Amino acid sequence: MYKKSFIYLMICMFSAVLVTAAEDNCMTCHADFEDDDGPSHMISKDVHIQKGLGCVDCHGGDASLDDMDDVRNSKGYKGVPSYREVPKFCASCHSDAAYMHEHNPAMPTDQFEKYKTSFHGKQLLKKGDTNVANCISCHSVHQINTAKLPHSSTHPLNITKTCGKCHSDSNLMGKYGLEATPVADYKESVHGQALFERGDLSAPTCNDCHGNHGAAPPGVTSLIAVCGTCHAVESELFNSSPHKEAYEENDFPMCMTCHSNHKILKPEDKWVGTEEPALCIECHSVDDGTKGIETAAGISVALKSLVKAHAEAQVVLDEAIEKGMATTDAEFSMKELQQSLIQTRTKLHSFNLDSVLPLAEQGMKQAAKVKETSAGLIEEFYFRRKGLGVTSLIFTILVIGLYLVIRKVEKK
Amino acid sequence: MSDKNLSSKMFDWVDSRFKISALVDYMGTKVVPEHSHSTFYYLGGISLFLFIVQVISGILLLMYYRPGADSAFESVQFIVSTVSFGWLVRAVHSWSANLMVFFVFLHMFTVYFTKAYRKPRELTWLSGMGLFGLSLLFGFSGYLLPWNELAFFATRVGTGMAGAVPVIGNDLLIIMRGGEEVTGATIGRFFGLHVAILPGLFTVLLSAHLIMVQRQGMSEPIDWVNKSDAEKKYMKFFPNFILRDVLVWLIVLNVIAVLATFFPDGIGVIHWPLGEKADSFAPPPAVIRPEWYFMFAFQALKMLPAHILFLEGEYFGIIFFSIGGLIWALVPFLDKKSAVDQKSKLFTAFGYFVLAFIIFMTLYGYMVE
Repeated sequence: MYKKSFIYLMICMFSAVLVTAAEDNCMTCHADFEDDDGPSHMISKDVHIQKGLGCVDCHGGDASLDDMDDVRNSKGYKGVPSYREVPKFCASCHSDAAYMHEHNPAMPTDQFEKYKTSFHGKQLLKKGDTNVANCISCHSVHQINTAKLPHSSTHPLNITKTCGKCHSDSNLMGKYGLEATPVADYKESVHGQALFERGDLSAPTCNDCHGNHGAAPPGVTSLIAVCGTCHAVESELFNSSPHKEAYEENDFPMCMTCHSNHKILKPEDKWVGTEEPALCIECHSVDDGTKGIETAAGISVALKSLVKAHAEAQVVLDEAIEKGMATTDAEFSMKELQQSLIQTRTKLHSFNLDSVLPLAEQGMKQAAKVKETSAGLIEEFYFRRKGLGVTSLIFTILVIGLYLVIRKVEKK
Repeated sequence: MSDKNLSSKMFDWVDSRFKISALVDYMGTKVVPEHSHSTFYYLGGISLFLFIVQVISGILLLMYYRPGADSAFESVQFIVSTVSFGWLVRAVHSWSANLMVFFVFLHMFTVYFTKAYRKPRELTWLSGMGLFGLSLLFGFSGYLLPWNELAFFATRVGTGMAGAVPVIGNDLLIIMRGGEEVTGATIGRFFGLHVAILPGLFTVLLSAHLIMVQRQGMSEPIDWVNKSDAEKKYMKFFPNFILRDVLVWLIVLNVIAVLATFFPDGIGVIHWPLGEKADSFAPPPAVIRPEWYFMFAFQALKMLPAHILFLEGEYFGIIFFSIGGLIWALVPFLDKKSAVDQKSKLFTAFGYFVLAFIIFMTLYGYMVE
């Protein structure tokens, strides 16, 4: 009986030794000599570990060995790649469609191909320039996460910080003849404000316009396509406008000519017109042989009239609301007016007065309707007060009369 | 022909056919006691007047209101924004409803504390209790009819509480909602209840209440039993009291007109803004509250723990309110002292407890919001 138990015990202990020997020994040593921010401490948050991959899946070698020299000499050991080798190192899995399909079927496998077309990729892979970004510059080394996670370096809210590590460094950017202001400019832009102040994650950030793995500044001709990804109507109107051809001939950077690139401010109506600070007069003059100034003047007048009518209508509507009137109809008309104002502002990208005027006129009619409806409600408000006054007077006379009757009756 | 002759002739014409002179003679002999609490006698009349206002303004609203999930909200919106004086009719209906419930409460408590329920007026009290219950049901059923966000969620909570009634709760909930959830079917049921069933029942009960009041006259104060006839003062019911009643009604009507003009959507916690249309998929508003006259019960049920003894908290609450209501209704039969014209401290204390409970719970309900 005791002999049997002893044999079972020995078998169990031997099995335990075998299981322990087969375990990943990398952490055992690396955790000892690495700081808290070393790979062995950070790796637990990495998406690869969470998907079940281990150190050797990237670095190769035999994880069951407990001596570092033995590991280095073991079969398939890759060790730490050089900065230049990193893209290829990552691509060994990420460009393998069959392998990636097993782990994340939705993930594209063209990152390395795109990277090779990017400025970063060309500089690093062809010229050996290690100042440019490779995979780990943006994704980190051992704390790689999907862009969906808020703490990920590629989450929309963190992208400017990630790109800004290099692109806000004036010394580094100076070497390439680039400004170090894009991130600061972007934060002042409508897009930056939408993202950071309103928390609108659909607002574009660096990679939405420049691409991510194939990051490059959009070319002059592709700017309309880039902006048109979101601003489709404006882009279409511009493409069919006389400006398209003129910009191409003069090598003007399309949308950027008026709206700038990173510091894209909220457009103002005064940008259109024939007086400062209108942008039209930067290119057009009365004697430039085009209808530019005439069109700018016409659009400016139509837009300013509509804006003024909108503001006046809003004042009357606000007064009606403040007076507690049922303004549902007037508010509905106001929404239509606001829509017309937006459409008019959008339509000016056609730079064609005949296209803009009908919309502006439609808006003017809606403004008149809002004013009329709201003014009617305000009039009704005072009518109610007067009606109440007259009614109360009648009631008071009746009450006094009745009181006198009661007194007379009770005296009898 | 003088006016007097004309009116006499008209009276004779009617009297010869309907023999109303006996009724007029009876009215002439009817008196109302005069004492320090005589003003309480006007509260029932005010409640009656407000009910008449409700009927008239309700009929006017009916001309444009269209029940149904796709039409109720739109029709009320049309009434307040487009129909001439539609806003006024809705505001008068809503203000009058709230004032009616308020005056019914007041009438009930003054009757209670003056022991006017005592023999021989036990059935008058019971019919009054019925009218009180129907008034609350009027309020509850009318609240949903605009089919706006606030009403939708309040009705969901309210009918949910009815669902906690022991034994019949679930069936009651299905009957009230016309299904498991508050839907267009619920509007149909509440509309039918509000404009047909309740007015019918109310009219029958109100007629019985008024006939009993007229037949038995106004209750005299309990301590008049020790007074000599010389010490007792009376006022003629017709025309003195009736004229005073009309005077008060005119003032109440003017107050309603002022409130409806200045606050067509109500004010403070007593409000009925149309707001957004009901949407069962929309998140409930931050504050779901019933109308003010249900607040005490709503708050008390909210405060109960999940379990009390072997019962669910809500179950316990419903049983508590049911027993409380039953005791309140049966007070004329339980208060033996008042039946022999003696004051009962126990029942007076019970009345103060109920009043304090309602006021405290209502105020607390609004404070914790």
